[in-house]
Amino acid sequence: MTHIGVTVDGTHRHADVEPRLLLVHWLREDLGLVGTPIGCDTSNCGACTVLVDGRSVKSCSVLAVQVDGKEVTTIQGLTVEDGEWHPVQKAFKECHGLQCGYCTPGMVLASVDLLSENPDPTEEEIRQGLEGNLCRCTGYHNIVKAVATAAAEMRGGTS
Amino acid sequence: MIPSSFDYVKASTVDEAVAALTAAGEDAKVLGGGQSLLPVLRLRLNSPSVLVDVSEVDEMRQVTDEGSALLVGAAVTTYEVMHHDLVTAHVPLLAQTAALVADPAIRHRGTFGGSCTHADPSGDMPTVARVLDAEFVVAGPGGRRTVPAADFFVDFFTTAVGPDEVLVAVRLPKMGGWGSHYEKFHRTAQAWAIVGVAAAVRVEGGTIAEARVALTNMGATPIRAASVEAALTGGPATAEAIAAAAESAADGTSPTSDTHADAEFRRHLARVLTKRAVTKAAGL
Repeated sequence: MTHIGVTVDGTHRHADVEPRLLLVHWLREDLGLVGTPIGCDTSNCGACTVLVDGRSVKSCSVLAVQVDGKEVTTIQGLTVEDGEWHPVQKAFKECHGLQCGYCTPGMVLASVDLLSENPDPTEEEIRQGLEGNLCRCTGYHNIVKAVATAAAEMRGGTS
Repeated sequence: MIPSSFDYVKASTVDEAVAALTAAGEDAKVLGGGQSLLPVLRLRLNSPSVLVDVSEVDEMRQVTDEGSALLVGAAVTTYEVMHHDLVTAHVPLLAQTAALVADPAIRHRGTFGGSCTHADPSGDMPTVARVLDAEFVVAGPGGRRTVPAADFFVDFFTTAVGPDEVLVAVRLPKMGGWGSHYEKFHRTAQAWAIVGVAAAVRVEGGTIAEARVALTNMGATPIRAASVEAALTGGPATAEAIAAAAESAADGTSPTSDTHADAEFRRHLARVLTKRAVTKAAGL
């Protein structure tokens, strides 16, 4: 067992974990954070995307021991303090940027990462930025619209 | 699937990593970002008894300006390579190609050195190293040695790095005066190159003074298109001359046939992508 200390969604967590434990399994099975789904389990689909130190990663392809000392944000930690949704979450709801919803947590977190780097992306840049996240319902049109809407909202909020 | 059990050693120096690998015998693997290794472990294609994590070895996280070359640490991530000021200024081909590797989440974790040592024939980074005649700095129990790119890539998923050795850094020559471009053909949802071409040319007064072309996935390892380089060198930097030279891009190659493309289509892609890559590298 290896000891790790990780801040998950703002809460500091300590655990003794098997080195082979995947981050997504630690989140879901040990911490009960089942908002992060497992999709393909082959690092292809991006459903399990979380942020590590603010950058998107596929949590099925990261060992829990590799995030020792780091900060992990799941979809459940994105909601701001008073329960209000993140602008990206709101935009996904308003633009109907989801159908079955399975890819949504990963899509939202990948979008948050994209917008932190590029606050005013073109449609092409949004599509490129989300290339690692697959929607099996093929609902990309509204997802792209949601990210553009969130970007505008977030730019307005900071100016 | 869940990987089989292994011991985990987090190295803080290159020496610690080499010592851990030596102690573990042939059954250890080096862990960088894990973006190639973890899928392999999860599919149980490999079951090492020890993983030696080098992702936070300080020396391997640096990009150093050596004057005529850059020394890029093996644990620098693909994302960092894309954005590093020294890389974009002096080896823009590496930054441009890094942006075409996988997807953002994988680029955040995957490392330049890991991509090279994994040596997937469809990987993009090995081809850039090969076209630039990079040097690989490898540390082992007997000290350090430098391996030229021509000798580094040995076979499918096989490099000159021994089981008790670590790739520390890759030395890439600065490309002042050169134009360059990496062109790849891949399926939209999967970024592995079906075929890729890296080109670098130095144009002097309308003539191609020097030309380098390397191919991804046209054999077990990245290979130089020597006949294209010879045909380009000394010739005019024109679309016609480049198109004629690119016709020999598939000569001497041995591409595989798989579900994505048969060998003949790969040869076709090599010619087409070589023409495009050299044309862009020449600024036409």
